[in-house]
Amino acid sequence: MNKFWIVLAHTYFTKLKSKSFMITTIITALLVLGLTNLNHIIELFSDEETKTVAVIDKTGELYEPLEEQLKTDGEKDIDLRMFKGAEDKAKEKVQNGEWQAYVVLGYDDKQLPKAAYYAMTVADSDTPLQLEQALQQIKTTLATAKIGLSTEQVKELYEPVVFEKVALEKNAKTEEELNQARLLVYILLFAIYIFVFMYGTMIVMEVATEKSSRIMEILISSASPVQQMFGKIFGVALLSLTQFSILFVIGYTSIKENGELTAILGFEQIPVATIAYAIVFFLLGYFLYATLFALLGSLVSRIEEVQQMITPVNLLVIAAFFIAMFGLNNPEVPFITVTSFIPFFAPMIMFLRVGMLNVPMWEIALSIGLLVATISFFAYFGAKVYRGGVLMYGKSTSFKDIKKALQLTKK
Amino acid sequence: MGLRLQNVTKRFGDFTAVDHLTLEIPEREMFGFLGANGAGKTTTFRMILGLLDLTEGEITWNDETINYASSHLIGYLPEERGLYPKLKVKEQLIYLGRLRGLDKQTIIKEMEYWLERFKVPDYANKRVEELSKGNQQKIQFIASVIHKPKLLILDEPFSGLDPVNVEQLKAAVVDLKNAGTTIVFSSHRMEHVEELCEHLCIMHRGKPVVHGALKEIKRSFGKKNVVIHADFPLDDLHEFPGVVKAKATAEGVHLQIENEETSQHILSHIAGKGFIRKFALEEPSLNDIFIEKVGASYE
Repeated sequence: MNKFWIVLAHTYFTKLKSKSFMITTIITALLVLGLTNLNHIIELFSDEETKTVAVIDKTGELYEPLEEQLKTDGEKDIDLRMFKGAEDKAKEKVQNGEWQAYVVLGYDDKQLPKAAYYAMTVADSDTPLQLEQALQQIKTTLATAKIGLSTEQVKELYEPVVFEKVALEKNAKTEEELNQARLLVYILLFAIYIFVFMYGTMIVMEVATEKSSRIMEILISSASPVQQMFGKIFGVALLSLTQFSILFVIGYTSIKENGELTAILGFEQIPVATIAYAIVFFLLGYFLYATLFALLGSLVSRIEEVQQMITPVNLLVIAAFFIAMFGLNNPEVPFITVTSFIPFFAPMIMFLRVGMLNVPMWEIALSIGLLVATISFFAYFGAKVYRGGVLMYGKSTSFKDIKKALQLTKK
Repeated sequence: MGLRLQNVTKRFGDFTAVDHLTLEIPEREMFGFLGANGAGKTTTFRMILGLLDLTEGEITWNDETINYASSHLIGYLPEERGLYPKLKVKEQLIYLGRLRGLDKQTIIKEMEYWLERFKVPDYANKRVEELSKGNQQKIQFIASVIHKPKLLILDEPFSGLDPVNVEQLKAAVVDLKNAGTTIVFSSHRMEHVEELCEHLCIMHRGKPVVHGALKEIKRSFGKKNVVIHADFPLDDLHEFPGVVKAKATAEGVHLQIENEETSQHILSHIAGKGFIRKFALEEPSLNDIFIEKVGASYE
């Protein structure tokens, strides 16, 4: 068997069997399950909590319309009850915890409703908001009636204006589609970011461990450094795809089960193209950063030096992510268009554009082409540095070492 | 045939690590490669293994260049010891063995033989980080010979081992040699080289300063040693004509002399002065030759 495959299989299976891989997969799977069922989880907790709010109606007229209005709003969590006693009594009951709050209703000097809301804390903004909105409705009705407007006239006044956005470009996404795409692209961008980071770091740690444990010399005397470097990179790539598949299946099934999310994400029709592009751009991004990380990993002699060595590359990944976050709301600005061709950012930014806009095929091809060219360059250059780097020991924390490593491979 | 180095030179920038080294090591030979730190031993080994490219010259094994295609013929124990700390001995050896072109069954069979031989058969399922340093070294030795290499390169194989383990490992090396393996090994310990090698080479600043058969080297060195144990003071011998170096010992004196003749003059000089417990004329040790050639700066 070719040694490349031996290294690949060894990397893949050792990592797959490792505890840390299983634990991260399980935790992420639970996280995915949690996120895709967030609406159920929130409901689960809020279901039983009905809040009792006492009303001291000084006008004697407002309680009923308020109760009516809350019912029309579909609010079931507030249990409204009339209280005829003194305010002090009400305060006591709130302090005892018997009631959550009490409201004092009255008229202001224009004979329009006003209210004061009393609770132990006002941290819960939901309940007062509901009450306020209901009261607002009553006030509007009263005020308009005062001027002598009919209900129809009021309705007309509050009718929202018809405002439709129509994209003229052929195949352009509709408003609704764009919102769905934005959410999906956001999730996938985040996944690309995490995966590139996680697996890139895995590569650099793998190489640095072999170097710091000094097993490297035995390894490179049995198989060429280039075979080892690529065996490792592809082994970890396979590992990432395994994890991605597991999480994707879990996430997708869970979303499908959860009707609400399916609608939000527009999953009635599976956005195959977007997901395919996500995988393609993830792999390209991974290969770009993995070769860089492998190169840097070959330069360190001790694990502790890894962090400072890879910081500049980490910053590139983070920058790409932030640009992508910015682009999510402005995918068409020239800045995003330009960065989508810069290889270090392209995996995220071009994916963002592809997911949100209708990007001409040649642009996608150009961006991927540039990426592949950069990856090839770094693979070639990285393999050279790797070959010398693995023989170097001593304090190595700077990019000057790249030069030293290259010199080692010369004649 | 065998391993041949022809005018091998390696420069790193302005620094010449190995300077026109020519060696010929016949098959089935055990060859000692000596030198102070930084003499170019490890660089030479790395060039033999193809890890570094030669600036000039040529290295062949049985008339063929060594590259990754021939890696199953070659075994290497590097000076810096290391294994995967988290992997079990068995997994470790399987991986390294497969990289040398073996299949799993053969590796397990060989591993069992070697672990048995080193009296540690229960280590197969232990993680390397649980083993002591000496035992890790044994595992690493197994990793370098498990594929029965034709050419075995051992860089400081015995350093950091206790005497019992040194004997075990030495016996294994001798057995491999008798089984037909060509062995090149480097060491700081002269007595190991004297004991194991018929041929050797002493490197100094990238150049071979002594090279040849052990007996020849000793004979051509000329100088001999005289060891005297006596009950009376021998201080005057330090200045005796023909004595190159003298060192007082607990029981007498240790002299290095220019030639055999001198020993007889010394003998007649001290005869009758008192009780002589020991008077011996000895071959120079490799240590003496090394110090003479490489310089007293070497510790």
